Amino acid sequence: MNKLTQGVVLLLFGGAILRASVTDLYLRYVKEGLRPFLIATGVLLVAAALMTIWYSFRETPSDSGEHGHEHEHHGPGVGWLLILPVLGLLLVAPPALGSYAANQAGSVVAEPVGGSDYPPLPAGDPVELSLVDYASRALFDAGKSLDGRELSLTGFITTAPDGAPMLARMVLSCCAADGRPIKIGLDGRTPIDVPADTWVQLTGVYTARTIKDPVNNVDVAYFEVRTWQEIPEPKQPYA
Amino acid sequence: MPSPRLDAEEPSPQLDTEPTAAPAGRPERRIGSLEVLAGLLVLLVVLRGPLSDLVSGPALQTWTTVFVSVLVQAAPFLAFGVALSAVIAVFVPRSFWAKALPSHPALAVPTASLAGVVLPGCECGSVPIAGSLIRRGVTPAAALAFLLAAPAINPIVITATVIAFPGRPEMAVARGLASLVVAVLIGWLWLRLGKTEWIKLPHRPELDTLPKWQAFWAACRHDVLHAGGYLVVGAAAAATINVVVPEAWLTSLAANAVLSILVLAILAVLLSICSEADAFVAASLSQFSLTSRLVFLVVGPMVDLKLISMQTGVFGRTFASRFAPATFVVAVLVGTAFGVVLL
Repeated sequence: MNKLTQGVVLLLFGGAILRASVTDLYLRYVKEGLRPFLIATGVLLVAAALMTIWYSFRETPSDSGEHGHEHEHHGPGVGWLLILPVLGLLLVAPPALGSYAANQAGSVVAEPVGGSDYPPLPAGDPVELSLVDYASRALFDAGKSLDGRELSLTGFITTAPDGAPMLARMVLSCCAADGRPIKIGLDGRTPIDVPADTWVQLTGVYTARTIKDPVNNVDVAYFEVRTWQEIPEPKQPYA
Repeated sequence: MPSPRLDAEEPSPQLDTEPTAAPAGRPERRIGSLEVLAGLLVLLVVLRGPLSDLVSGPALQTWTTVFVSVLVQAAPFLAFGVALSAVIAVFVPRSFWAKALPSHPALAVPTASLAGVVLPGCECGSVPIAGSLIRRGVTPAAALAFLLAAPAINPIVITATVIAFPGRPEMAVARGLASLVVAVLIGWLWLRLGKTEWIKLPHRPELDTLPKWQAFWAACRHDVLHAGGYLVVGAAAAATINVVVPEAWLTSLAANAVLSILVLAILAVLLSICSEADAFVAASLSQFSLTSRLVFLVVGPMVDLKLISMQTGVFGRTFASRFAPATFVVAVLVGTAFGVVLL
């Protein structure tokens, strides 16, 4: 790999990172907070690429005859592999994690953060709740703060081992490699004939029923569905 | 003390294990690498449709998502590490390190480990930095202790651990202390048993003869391509493990105290999760004992597939094949000891 090629590979890698971070593509893979750092990374890589290309053109032929030859042999051949993430980001752009990943891993433990004091739900009818918030209130507060309220949950459909549909959402702490599902069992008018990975918005009420996630033996809360509708995948697919 | 010459020929990269089209892009003698690259890109754009179909199965799609996301997540840390190591290589004079670190290597090791507190990053960034420190004449034992300590004991990682284990601050304390002890022990172990010739730093363009800024960009270019290439190998391995190993299979092993420690130690190596995120994963492995989860947190930032791959690239295969197993054993033992005493 000569210097010019190295520059072009760097330009592609930096360009791919930059493109993913200025569009919403990066949200499929990492948390929103990483965006400024991704943009800075893209800029640094593109700058390194442009400087490399600039210096490689400025080198006199006698210079590059000696050094270029050496680089053809000793340049980092492993650098070719950087084409793979470029390919992944620019051409394939794989979707956010869905039901396949949700079924492979056990549900997260929606433990209360900092004590077990749950504030009352905000106003709204139905009131929108995250899946983690719902599971946490249902499992660790016996649903006390949920009673008598009409609730709205958003997630994708996944299939429980017994074939029943469940609502799930992936929770990221850093990137998709550490994504864990939060799963909610569905009672009542559950969505029927909806393929896995379809995004839905459910309204309904709290129910006391729970089961154990067979993967890791964690309690999974249930939700009594009243109505449901299909929705497009949200901009921010992870919880 | 004269600094040892460590620059050597680049170890031959292991590309055979790569599942995808990498070998197609090997440089030809007659056709220049730029022509190969251009041809490869045209081919990829033309084959875009079939290529997308190829990865449309759910398992392969999940693999691709995890692979891409590990790289996207690691890219800023890699860039930060590479930029900092280029600054060390070009702008920080060699004499600075002689003044900053205690001259006796046995004292330089703990000092360098503690210096890891100030580097807010994950493990991908610290590999090129440690390589750069060794090039600049820092004793390898101290640079390696820094390499191990920095990703595990910096404020971001410790804060993440406190948040992931609510009501159990002793987890974060145990993690910080155990990681520090492992880093210092490995540094001292290197002083006793390590041989400088095991470390083969890859050939890097001669920076001393270039103007400063040209040298800076040359160092950046070389390190991104080199460490980044090995990061790709590690990310592919981690994505494979992520898709292939079903979690239910692990649960059956959680009941046995000794077995659970070994299982989580090995899982930490295989999963290669960023040190800033691993505490959350450990928290969700709730069927395992706290001690085994502490071992998971101590081993993960020090030995994992992407680190082994990057260490092989930056320090050579002879080094990585000795350093990674030794670190793994020490980390498991120290982690277990701290877990038994503190948790």
